[in-house]
Amino acid sequence: MSDIQSSSATQVATPAGSGERVEREFTVKERRQWQIVLRRFLRHRLAVTSLIIFGFLVVLAFIGPYLWIHQYTDLDSGSSIRFSGSNPMGTDSLGHDLFAQVLRGMQQSLKVAFLVTLLSTGIGAPYGAIAGYFGGRIDAIMMRICDVLLTLPLFLVAGALVTGRGGSVLTVALVLGLLGWVVDARVVRGVVLSLREQEFIEAARALGAGTVRIVFRHLLPNATGAIIVQITLNIAAAILAEAGLSFLGLGVQAPDTSLGLLVNQARLAVDTRPWLFYWPGVMIILIALTINFVGDGLRDAFDPRQTRQRR
Amino acid sequence: MIAYTIRRVLVSIPILLVASMIVFTLTLFTGDPIQEKYAGRNPPVPAQTIANERARLHLDEPIVKQYGNWLKNLVLHGDWGPSINGTDDIGAELSHRLLVTVRLVMVAMLLAVVLAVITGVLSATRQYSKLDYSFTFIGFVFLSMPTFWIAQLLKQGAIGYNEGTGNRVFFTLGARADHPEPGAWNTVADIFGHLILPTISLALITYAALSRFQRASMLEVLNSDYMRLARAKGLAPRRVLVRHGLRTALIPMTTVSALGIAAIIGGAVITESVFQWNGMGLYLVKSIALHDRYAVMGWLLISGFFVIVGNLVADILYGILDPRIRYE
Repeated sequence: MSDIQSSSATQVATPAGSGERVEREFTVKERRQWQIVLRRFLRHRLAVTSLIIFGFLVVLAFIGPYLWIHQYTDLDSGSSIRFSGSNPMGTDSLGHDLFAQVLRGMQQSLKVAFLVTLLSTGIGAPYGAIAGYFGGRIDAIMMRICDVLLTLPLFLVAGALVTGRGGSVLTVALVLGLLGWVVDARVVRGVVLSLREQEFIEAARALGAGTVRIVFRHLLPNATGAIIVQITLNIAAAILAEAGLSFLGLGVQAPDTSLGLLVNQARLAVDTRPWLFYWPGVMIILIALTINFVGDGLRDAFDPRQTRQRR
Repeated sequence: MIAYTIRRVLVSIPILLVASMIVFTLTLFTGDPIQEKYAGRNPPVPAQTIANERARLHLDEPIVKQYGNWLKNLVLHGDWGPSINGTDDIGAELSHRLLVTVRLVMVAMLLAVVLAVITGVLSATRQYSKLDYSFTFIGFVFLSMPTFWIAQLLKQGAIGYNEGTGNRVFFTLGARADHPEPGAWNTVADIFGHLILPTISLALITYAALSRFQRASMLEVLNSDYMRLARAKGLAPRRVLVRHGLRTALIPMTTVSALGIAAIIGGAVITESVFQWNGMGLYLVKSIALHDRYAVMGWLLISGFFVIVGNLVADILYGILDPRIRYE
């Protein structure tokens, strides 16, 4: 689909050092890094479509509850309706409107996902950058701390923190974020390890830049690609992890709700009221799938090596 | 290499110790085991019984002393500590469940790796073809499904099939039948019938991530200079692809698989819960629910051990397979 386009894009990114360049100079427009990335991303049709759907779902989750005729706590519909004009996703045995519940569930699940991402990227990225930049003993100690966290079972930590605290969105996000940042730290550290050997870091150091400046002004911005991709993966992973916690009763607790909790509550009624099981499940998949595709498109856009060109 | 291995093992010991201290403390916060065990009994449990239980589980000693005693008994006497159920032996339970989980994990991993390599390589060699898009799409769908949703879906399908055909082909609960019929053939059918559903659901989830990984690693290889050189030398395309490309692209896969196996030995929690597969994951869930502290500690040591060994094996394999990497 994009062989011709992508080869021209790479020439913009790294001006070819051949004689060809002289002829091209007049036709090639100067583009900044983010413009190049944006152009590559926009060419990935699946990713762009996914971004639009994901954006729509987010807006729906946060604005939908104000517009929809039922509230998620309302019990004014008939019980166990499969489908009706005012209950497009049906109702449960108590008479909750499933669409209202799914809207609320999406909102809570997305809140968890965004909080987790904020936490794990916020802690993990600087942590990994610092470990990778210093290397040696500091790196070794920092990474051993990560190893300890990786051996802790998520379900025990959740059990210890969620039990007795009622499993609010905040607690669930805290549990997932506090264990999740390790992955981000490792990814960023890997990128920084290869970056720090490059000349521009040496140049910055020669100019007298301090550690803080080098980490935050030089290393992290250059790791942006990896971090942004990691953010999308975190969102998807957090949505799924929240569902997993709900399955074991360690996620968001009733009377509040989340997509994971909705699916889990419907698990035993899957024979009699299957729609209760399938609708929230489909929404989980839709959210995770679209954000995963966005991440895939971003990865391709940031990393031209992943695009195979005919030579 | 030997010095490197020894150093790595030595580093792992403090990691496991610190983790066990944290877990020991965390179990305090999950709740009171005695409360959990005896609450709501009618007639109420005599105070003497409760006092005995507390003494047996060392609940009234200071936490540091509890931890110290546990560690001492484990290292010196191989004693895993008392379980909430007085009759349970944690060590025996763990070794039994480890085997049950390994049976599940090994088959699932094998299936996932083989599928992932095939589709990953096909995807990479035909990047942006219809085939690539299909595999990518399928992979992402499995990547985006909650584990218990896939498992439940498979379970429903199997129940439907069993009822539809009147044959009990798939077993949806447990690792073995409660009352297995005698005979070698029945035993095999019994084990296989119970294995198939949890294996498929575990394999699908693992496959999704691995196939993406294999595709990326193959793409990276395909774009490398030595591949271009091999083609330029005029080698047969198939030979270039298999001998020069695939062999290199499989190296990261071996390490990732080693890590993956290690990680799910302790943690196929959800798959095991849905299918009531009495392995390590279910043991953890059960122990946490009962606040069975020493059982959780035992689980942590076993799973931690496998994570550490898995990491080590992965690194050493990498060094052996890829001559560019040498450990000092």
